[in-house]
Amino acid sequence: MRIFVTGASSLIGAAVADLLTSRGDQVVAFQRNAAAVLDLQVDQRLGDVSKASDVHAAMSGCDAVVHLAAKVGVIGPRSEYASVNIDGTQHVLDAARLHGIDRVVHVSTPSVAHDGTAIIGGGADSALLEHGNSWYSQTKAIAEVRALGANDHDMGVVVIRPHLVWGPGDTQLVGRIVERSTAGRLALVGGGRALVDTTYIDNASTALVAALDAVRPEAPCAGKAYVVANGEPRPIRELIAGICDAAGIPFAPRDVPLSTARRIGSVIDRVWPVLGRSDEPPLTRFLADQLGTAHWFDPRPVQRDLKWTPSVSIDEGLARLAEWFTAGQSHNLAR
Amino acid sequence: MKSTPDLPDGATWRAWGINPGWSRVLDVANHDGDTHRWHVLDTGMPDSDDSDAVTIVCVHGNPTWGYAWKTFLTKFAGRHRVIAIDQLGMGYSERTGLRRYEDRVGDLGDLIDALGLGEVPIVLAAHDWGGAIAMGWAVGHTDRLAGMVLCNTGIGVPQGRGAPKIIRLAASAALRDVVCRRTNGFVEGTVRLSGRRITKIDRIAFRAPYRQAAHRVAIADFVGDVPLTSPHPSQEALEDVSGRLGTIEAPVLLAWGARDIVFDDDFAADLTGKFPNSELHRFEAANHLVMAEADVASVVDDWLDDLGRIDDAEERPRTAVATDSLFTAINRRRDDDQTVAIADLAARTSLDFAALARRIDGVAAALRSQGLVAGDRVAMLTPPGIDLLVAVYGVWRAGGVTVVADRGLGLRGLGAAVASTRPSWTIGPKQARAASATLRWAPRSTHVDVAELMARAEEMSSNELPPEAGPDDAAAVLFTSGATGPAKGVRYTHGQLSAQRDALAATYSITSTDRLVAAFAPFALYGPALGVPTALTDCNVTTPGELTAAALDEACSEIGATMTFASPAALANVVLTAQREALPGIAELRLVFSAGAPVPAETLHAVAALAPNASIHTPYGMTEALPVADIDLVGIDAAEALGEAPGVCVGPPVVGAEVVIAPLGFAAADGVPNAVGEGTMGEILVRAPWVSDGYLGRWQIQRQARPGGGWHRSGDVGHLDAQGRLWVEGRSVHVIDTADGPVTPVPVERVVERRLAPAGHAMPGRVAAVGVGPKGCQQLVVVLERDDVAEGLADCESTTLVRSAVSGSVAAVLVMHQMPVDIRHNAKIDRVAVAAWASGVLAGETPKRSVSGVFHRLGRPGGS
Repeated sequence: MRIFVTGASSLIGAAVADLLTSRGDQVVAFQRNAAAVLDLQVDQRLGDVSKASDVHAAMSGCDAVVHLAAKVGVIGPRSEYASVNIDGTQHVLDAARLHGIDRVVHVSTPSVAHDGTAIIGGGADSALLEHGNSWYSQTKAIAEVRALGANDHDMGVVVIRPHLVWGPGDTQLVGRIVERSTAGRLALVGGGRALVDTTYIDNASTALVAALDAVRPEAPCAGKAYVVANGEPRPIRELIAGICDAAGIPFAPRDVPLSTARRIGSVIDRVWPVLGRSDEPPLTRFLADQLGTAHWFDPRPVQRDLKWTPSVSIDEGLARLAEWFTAGQSHNLAR
Repeated sequence: MKSTPDLPDGATWRAWGINPGWSRVLDVANHDGDTHRWHVLDTGMPDSDDSDAVTIVCVHGNPTWGYAWKTFLTKFAGRHRVIAIDQLGMGYSERTGLRRYEDRVGDLGDLIDALGLGEVPIVLAAHDWGGAIAMGWAVGHTDRLAGMVLCNTGIGVPQGRGAPKIIRLAASAALRDVVCRRTNGFVEGTVRLSGRRITKIDRIAFRAPYRQAAHRVAIADFVGDVPLTSPHPSQEALEDVSGRLGTIEAPVLLAWGARDIVFDDDFAADLTGKFPNSELHRFEAANHLVMAEADVASVVDDWLDDLGRIDDAEERPRTAVATDSLFTAINRRRDDDQTVAIADLAARTSLDFAALARRIDGVAAALRSQGLVAGDRVAMLTPPGIDLLVAVYGVWRAGGVTVVADRGLGLRGLGAAVASTRPSWTIGPKQARAASATLRWAPRSTHVDVAELMARAEEMSSNELPPEAGPDDAAAVLFTSGATGPAKGVRYTHGQLSAQRDALAATYSITSTDRLVAAFAPFALYGPALGVPTALTDCNVTTPGELTAAALDEACSEIGATMTFASPAALANVVLTAQREALPGIAELRLVFSAGAPVPAETLHAVAALAPNASIHTPYGMTEALPVADIDLVGIDAAEALGEAPGVCVGPPVVGAEVVIAPLGFAAADGVPNAVGEGTMGEILVRAPWVSDGYLGRWQIQRQARPGGGWHRSGDVGHLDAQGRLWVEGRSVHVIDTADGPVTPVPVERVVERRLAPAGHAMPGRVAAVGVGPKGCQQLVVVLERDDVAEGLADCESTTLVRSAVSGSVAAVLVMHQMPVDIRHNAKIDRVAVAAWASGVLAGETPKRSVSGVFHRLGRPGGS
């Protein structure tokens, strides 16, 4: 099978491409710049996902789509997020239909349904279209609604929302924790007692491949969204301590009460754009909620409809992360 | 036509939660020659061809209307046909002239005929004065009646009391027109009684058809039709119907709001006596509008389930195996004035067997002479001691039913428990009289001063006694505190209590040569029935945990005891206070028996050291069934030697008791399920001649606890092993329902305890395994009781230790300063409350939908 993978140079994208290649599928990777991390067997086709013609041309000859490309972040104007996340998704869906592709995996995020309150054994609730200034969540929510709307008798579309993916090479979660802890600026919201589920990178990629294998028109998963995670929620303090331990750096966090963190986050949300800062803010309201409240999900829908269970436990994942750090690849994370 | 309120429009119905399609008007030719326009809420034919579907005709009272049955309409629509009528002059039915009771019974018949229900069986549901009208139709149509649900209603005033004051007041000619018609006082008052238990929408809907005085005429007429004066035009008709209720063989469910001051428990008791086949379910917190305030519809749902199944249910074996009554042993030693029967070491008094027998008979005769009749409930408010023992046996001998509740329920729980049994009599000291009157534990009871009773007993002659009660006669109501909600009254018959005595005698080879020390006061009650000398220890009864080794030894020496029954807390303190000096009384014991809560093996070993010749037993059972299984210290050691214990081994079932393990969460309405295999965990079911009769006034709970065939659901989970031993793994409500299947708390707690406190070390605190999150995908959380560190997440080292001990995935390890435990034994962890606390800690913030009300009680979680 020839599979069109957008955003293949990302941590998850590369892992998915690897997994598909290793089992004998052909991967067509679509991204702006050639990516060194991808296997030589991967057919890299360069282009811009926000340009319909680029997407359409690159998708020719493919049988299925895994759409990962997205603009992630908390700063910048809405238009930048919209053109990649909304328009890009629309182009991928349109092109898939024109090419007669019948199976599409759209990668979304649990934050599309997050309203700032704790999620305890939750399901993949419908995306919310109101997310304040969080353009990432808002545009991803619109993209998800469009993706699910495109599901029909001819094209099966499944939405996967991996929750907090981490692992070797991760510059988002692992990178920031290491960076802050090293700088002595690591803070835990509410003592880090919130129970949070996360996803080890290898599990994220096997889940996306499972979704690809499960989706087809009229399949049980078609037209539905699923949250994917390890199914091992932990107090976030434990997870961060585990990552610091794996990186061989001290774990000495400060404690910020949830209410304080939320207030600071809200202020920064308003002030940052006014200051014209282009760097990532240290805290946002969204991040305060993410770090300070429980986020874990019911694993049964994924098990039932995608026939998927995680293969790497949190403990095993942390051991692999430690190995990776020990192997001296930590320079990849520099800065 | 007189002024009738306009029907609500579709949007209004929807706002009230009523499907507008249910609202129907029909013109009905009346038996008196007129035609009247009726309004009904009719859910129509059921969706499926379910043969269990019934037609429920709901008759409201005054001053409500068909909306009162909203919960029935919404719950049953599609499965049953529900028709909630508006009586003439009420709701949205035609405003007519005065209609008396007889007219209204005829009107209901006319409407039922006009509805064209054919010959289908009808279930009548009725509330308030609608009840009398429904009963009027029912006695004339017993062949068409499948069953009746009666909510806070009555027919006539129960014997021996007056009409409710508030009704007398409202019915007085001077007030009636003002309260009922000219103002909306009666409507408003009725609605307000329900307080916050009904919604704002409910209040709006209840008032809606009665906003104008012209629409309220029938409300005043209704109140005026209550026969409070004699002669009254409706009195004869009411009495006629009331006298024929015994012809209604169809099942009747009395669903009762216990707080109603109009149709109070007296009315429920009156109706219970009038119908041959009735069941009572009391809603402790609900007032008059019980259907709107409490989940009556769910209880009715279960009850309807049974309507079609009554014939399938296997009757429980009624014959108790006991051949001797509770008095046989006492009678046998009636002439023995040499042997102490009861010695009270606290009061320094005793009675010999002859005196005991005489005193019991005297108490029975005194109570009979005061007017006690067989079946009367008698609240025993006498503190433990000889007088209590004598009073209990005296009440039994007189044919009364003892109500035994203790301080272990907490004072408020004790009061509610006593009140729920509506005792006719209370026996106790003067303070108890004040409690029963002022605190309204037993407002209608006759108080008997226990000291006076004992004095009078001496003067009575025993030939005034009735025959002894039979094995199927009620003997006692005991109280058990469940995991949630108010304490439940457990009903026992004489036969069941006798069988229980025989089970104890057989299990522990008790003969008349034995002598018993009751270090846990309730156990003293078994002494006279067993015919063995019994001593009560010198120890405050409300704090059995303060029993000292010296006090126990003194009691043992006093009667030359061969055995002692003690609570686990008492044993623990005996071990703690045992000094170096010899305890010769204890050393002579052949049997030590401890029940009520788990007893640590170390305590039992320490007891064994004090009583080297004794076999040490811990029976397993519950208020509803004791004993179920038994194990001795040798057995416990053998089970513990297995290593990783999959629960607590309570030994094999005792002779005469059967135990099966049923699949978790089975539905009692489907009958007794097939047992799961050996070694498989499930709910523990027990059957024995000494299993209690059922619960008092809690039909639904009894139904769920009794799947049929005489089996009782223990509410505990566990398994049977290859040797036939029973292992208890926790309470079924405490099972952690994970995505990978159920996890029982006790085995997890035990492996953690072993890891944290290796053999020989004392456990620093309790351990609780609880689930957080929704059923089906709960996460296992282990909570450690410690007060030396902050509450919240446990330290890294403890967390790692716990994770390494538990085979499944542990989401978090928490520290709690003090775990909530039961009052009585200070031992059983309230895991529901611990789980609610843990959920709060791990949510990071209070979740939008609070996991449990308990959470609020405990306040905000600690945590850092």
